[in-house]
Amino acid sequence: MAEALLCTRGLSRRFGAVQATDHVDLDVAAGTLHAVIGPNGAGKSTLIGQLAGEIATDAGRIVFAGDDITRLPVHRRAHAGLARSFQITSIFSGFSVRENVALAVQAHAGHSFRFWRRADRERGLNERAEAMLARVNLGDEAQRLAGELAHGQKRQLELAMALAGNPRLLLLDEPMAGMGAEEGARLAELLRSLRDEVTILLVEHDMDVVFSLSDQITVLIFGRVVITGTPEAIRASDEVQAAYLGEHAAC
Amino acid sequence: MDIEPRRWLPLIGLAALAAVPLIAALTDDPYLVTIFTRVVILALAAASLDFILGYGAMVSLGHAAFLGIGAYTVGILAHHHQSGAPLLEAVPWLTGTNAALISLPLAIAVAALCALLIGALSLRTRALHFIMITLAFAQMFFFLFIAMARYGGGDGMVMWQRNTLPLINTGDSVQFYYLCLAFLAGSVFLLRRIVAARFGRVLRGAAENERRMAALGFPVFRYRLAAFTLAGAIGGLAGALMANLETFVSPSLLHWSQSGELMVMVILGGLGSIYGPVLGATLFIMLEETLAAWTEHWMIILGPILILVVLYARRGLFGWLTWRRHG
Ligand SMILES: Nc1ncnc2c1ncn2[C@@H]1O[C@H](COP(=O)(O)OP(=O)(O)O)[C@@H](O)[C@H]1O
Ligand SMILES: [Mg+2]
Repeated sequence: MAEALLCTRGLSRRFGAVQATDHVDLDVAAGTLHAVIGPNGAGKSTLIGQLAGEIATDAGRIVFAGDDITRLPVHRRAHAGLARSFQITSIFSGFSVRENVALAVQAHAGHSFRFWRRADRERGLNERAEAMLARVNLGDEAQRLAGELAHGQKRQLELAMALAGNPRLLLLDEPMAGMGAEEGARLAELLRSLRDEVTILLVEHDMDVVFSLSDQITVLIFGRVVITGTPEAIRASDEVQAAYLGEHAAC
Repeated sequence: MDIEPRRWLPLIGLAALAAVPLIAALTDDPYLVTIFTRVVILALAAASLDFILGYGAMVSLGHAAFLGIGAYTVGILAHHHQSGAPLLEAVPWLTGTNAALISLPLAIAVAALCALLIGALSLRTRALHFIMITLAFAQMFFFLFIAMARYGGGDGMVMWQRNTLPLINTGDSVQFYYLCLAFLAGSVFLLRRIVAARFGRVLRGAAENERRMAALGFPVFRYRLAAFTLAGAIGGLAGALMANLETFVSPSLLHWSQSGELMVMVILGGLGSIYGPVLGATLFIMLEETLAAWTEHWMIILGPILILVVLYARRGLFGWLTWRRHG
């Protein structure tokens, strides 16, 4: 098997009585799209939070591109090449769409202790921002206030921000949550096209999307990895059918 | 021609402030220059507060601490200059000074250092805790200066004369006024540059969505601390000028109500514009001067004005003036 870009061993996190992640072992191979599925409350967002560094880890370790990043603060992980989107849209509503992305570009264009030049006239930042917006099909909305975008467009904007720093691994927490069918289909298409550029760890509820896009799928239940395998292997697994997919189909 | 009020209003404001000594001479009212020196100095402090409050959403209720620290730096140096006693018994050659070229940079540096320390501790907290901890630090310095009997304690201390500068006669009220105005104009220009630069964008981003900023890769704390330190440094400069204006330094400069008044100036004039607080300071002092002649409870009139501004002109007076004409 190819060298894993991200690997976790025994990753755990407890909230009071809830063991949100429970000795999670995960291997995400470079160049793949790896999905994590599981019912609500399974610990998917907690896992993403731990990988991104926002949620502290109780036990276990995270190795990214050969380095142990378990204790690294969020911003340093971002510079190591981890980018994320949030389950609940997280943008700068008071900024223009372009400035949202320009800020993301700025995060990876040297330090920002720059006090003199107008940031909105920095061509390097603006050009890359516009390229990212075009990449997620938001090129026409650059001048609008981010808060005014439709929900689906905000999710696209988040993606553009995540891509701006040229990440090695994209952590996407339910990027399609709350989207209409058409918006969702467009985003799925976008994810498909991104697959060749960047390694993706995808948490998503839409099973059609997950099964059609993923190279590997990990099923998480009560914080524990039940199984990891190819979409075919997951579909064939009785365990998953019983524990999750069957139940999922019923509701 | 550019007719956007945002652009010309600040220039008109600067021209009006520059004309104050002229108006004072024409109306034969030299006290006007003194009042406006106060306006200009407090505007400087308020603008520096707006930098962290209006752009960084750091609601500091202790900004007057830096005013006081800057003023006391000047006052203590002058005190030792007057008495001839060394600053520290152990270092006899370290004497006080009356030279502004030393005292002003030193006041700025001491205030910046204090802001760095206060910021390093208080910026780990958020919201109400931040308000309370900045207030607590300001109170700490307030009582520290009260306890320093050697420097006048609660009564404060008198400077025999203003700090001196080559070429400029600081004892002349008009020259001193223009000196203060130059510091204000320079600082406002600098702050405007900074908020429009990368640094300012990071500051605004952190105010709006800190979590996102970290995920993008920004060490938010560092930027906030730098901003807080810069604001403290400018507050210290304002304090140093205030000490020189009054030739008197007392703990009342860093009383919590002074911090509150700076915040009122910022909100009145317009949060997040740097220019607004200059307008706010002008209005505040003019109201104080005219209304206080009638009643010592002049805040009774300021109160409703402030409420109206907060309710109907969220971006303050400056925001109101610059938006209306877009129509
Ligand atoms: N900050 C928190 N405090 C307490 N409990 C939490 C917190 N975050 C998550 N949990 C709990 O951890 C479990 C996993 O949550 P989460 O990771 O959000 O699941 P998922 O994203 O798979 O729906 C849930 O039982 C949730 O209630
Ligand atoms: Mg979740």
